[in-house]
Amino acid sequence: MTERPAYSPGLAHHFETHAQQHRAATLGIWLFLGSEIMLFGGMFMGYTIYRILYATAFEQIAAHTHFWFGTINTALLLTSSLTMAMAVHHARAQNYQKSGRWLVPTAVLGVAFLALKVVEWYLEYRENLVPILGWNFDAHGVAQGPARLFMGFYFVMTGLHAIHLSIGVCLVVGLMVLLRRDKIARENPSKVEIIGLYWHLVDIIWIFAYPIFYLVSA
Amino acid sequence: MAPTLKNYLQDGSTLRSWFLSTDHKRIAILYLLSITFFFMIGGTVVGLIRLELLSPAGDVVSSDTYNRLFTIHGVIMVWFFLIPSIPVTLGNFLLPLMLGAKDLAFPRLNLLSWYLFIGGGIFTLVAVVVGGVDTGWTFYTPYSSTFANSAVITVAAGVFITGFSTIATSINFIVTTHTMRARGLTWFRLPIFVWSLYATSIIMVLATPVLAITLVLLAVERGLQIGIFDPSLGGDPLLFQHLFWFYSHPAVYIMILPGMGVVTEVIPCFARRPIFGYKPIAYSSIAIAILGFLVWGHHMFVAGESIYAMLMFSFLSYAVAIPSGIKIFNWTVTLYKGRIYMKTPMIYALGFLGLFTIGGLTGLFVAALAVDIHVHDTYFVVAHFHYIMVGGMVSALMGGLHFWWPKMTGRLYPEFLGQVSAWTMFLGFNLTFFPQFLLGYLGMPRRYHTYPAEFQVLNVMSSLGASILAVGYILPFFYLVWSLRWGKKAARNPWRATGLEWEYADSPPIKTNFESPPIVHGPAYDYDPQKEVNFD
Repeated sequence: MTERPAYSPGLAHHFETHAQQHRAATLGIWLFLGSEIMLFGGMFMGYTIYRILYATAFEQIAAHTHFWFGTINTALLLTSSLTMAMAVHHARAQNYQKSGRWLVPTAVLGVAFLALKVVEWYLEYRENLVPILGWNFDAHGVAQGPARLFMGFYFVMTGLHAIHLSIGVCLVVGLMVLLRRDKIARENPSKVEIIGLYWHLVDIIWIFAYPIFYLVSA
Repeated sequence: MAPTLKNYLQDGSTLRSWFLSTDHKRIAILYLLSITFFFMIGGTVVGLIRLELLSPAGDVVSSDTYNRLFTIHGVIMVWFFLIPSIPVTLGNFLLPLMLGAKDLAFPRLNLLSWYLFIGGGIFTLVAVVVGGVDTGWTFYTPYSSTFANSAVITVAAGVFITGFSTIATSINFIVTTHTMRARGLTWFRLPIFVWSLYATSIIMVLATPVLAITLVLLAVERGLQIGIFDPSLGGDPLLFQHLFWFYSHPAVYIMILPGMGVVTEVIPCFARRPIFGYKPIAYSSIAIAILGFLVWGHHMFVAGESIYAMLMFSFLSYAVAIPSGIKIFNWTVTLYKGRIYMKTPMIYALGFLGLFTIGGLTGLFVAALAVDIHVHDTYFVVAHFHYIMVGGMVSALMGGLHFWWPKMTGRLYPEFLGQVSAWTMFLGFNLTFFPQFLLGYLGMPRRYHTYPAEFQVLNVMSSLGASILAVGYILPFFYLVWSLRWGKKAARNPWRATGLEWEYADSPPIKTNFESPPIVHGPAYDYDPQKEVNFD
């Protein structure tokens, strides 16, 4: 550890060097992502157990989710991860203008995903597939209990994922504003990188959710 | 030595300078006040419980009220006192000092975690005011999700929010330990307290999110009737128990590992010997953290598990005894040929040794499949975990609080009263909980407000012990507050202890902890039993 330089913009008072600050920020976000995986992991675990218990019923009811919505959304999100990676790449090269330009499609793709998701939920509502309260639930010929369970997991998991994605979009928009105002100090590119990591995590969770809700019927 | 810079307590006296402070030391004080407040509530509630159990008939409160009392006792003591206790107070205060850092890695996150803690606490207290919750602290489904007629969602929300405060703290601790150690401070020169906080943080960051999602699923089942655990909707209540204990068993180690860390600081100082077996103690903390994730099924031996799962969970629970035993033996050997000073923190630490050993050994009883079927859900279990939680963790917290009190406040506590209260707590504790082992073995179930008349003698002993125990808590509260104003001023190192916080920081420390970044040249616990010392 070297002595703290006298003038060091973007370096918090309790760190000695930018490298140390960067290490701390990166390790911090990775730990947070680990806790996120445990959060979603609990639900994936629950789903898996019921998937084994009610194998056929889950396959039958999964045929009623909207395959094309899910697939297009997967493509949108994967593409957004690419644009996010480009933004991080340019931030690392300290090219903040280009970095900011790549954030625009990232946010747009995120919003498009959410919009499609909302339409999809509405269609499911129309088809009586929402198993909450006393709402009319149509299991489409599948056993009621397992069908409700499957759709229950579907709504809770895609709902929680959508909340995470909305937070991601807000973060990206906030980042765009900061970059536009030149508020990201040159010595501290961690912010773009950290939000990038979060974005990829939200993407990865979707990659796991997509097959268990849309592909099990095949 | 006259401090040249203002200490952290003098650095602003406005409310703003406290409630918006990002100084880890001030946040530790905020936390200390908060958990004391919650401890008082939890303690008052249990006073009513012990009052009710003085007589076999249910004559003080109704059974319904009784359910709410033990639930709120459990919820508050577990999530608002024990889980945060040592990490957020002593840990928050000492971690940067022990590492030679100016603050934790994320000071604002640290402040946020306190606000989340308070936010969660408010939710929980609101639930108490609007009628409480009667599910027990474990929130078992389907009772909690379908039948309970109380504020389940409000309390679950409180615990959920507090969970994020725990996660924030643990991320902060892990990152700080990795990235902010002073020059020369290698991993195996760290005080063991840092190792134990590190192991605790690993559990916190991996287990707490699972509790969070479990509570979310419980809330959507209760609020929206999405059946995840309800058998009438196709779900399985056992899934709830698996998810819940996947968090709550590791959480038990959140509640004891930091205490082990405190004891490892106190014993070498008052035996004037380097800790015996540094590496085994350090590694055993990590081993406990890992094994702790693999034993949750031992809470469900009578709930319906396959015999093979039960065998594995039983075996793995036994395995936890190995790292725990390693610690116990190393602490004991540290005392051998030491120059032992029976100061207040040492009395607490030795109390910890005895009480934790009893708690740990009875843990093996309940990990044995056949014995567990006999004592499951009886007072035997209650006594077992109170020996760990109260006998272990609270003793360690009190010991640590006395040990670092001069560092935190710049004042010495009155030694005689300290020793009186340490002994009072030890005696009161044993009188309260040892009879409960007998009660449980004889078959008294937990969570009932009435019991057969033949159990009365033991219950009266327990209630009497509880009132002695209460004196053991109230006494320190008064003399510690007294010492803030009238206590003797503390020098930099009143215990002649090793460690950066004693050797390089003032009592109380300045805002940035050290005047210049300290450099470490040797191993921790550099004590010499040949040398006579005079404490202040």
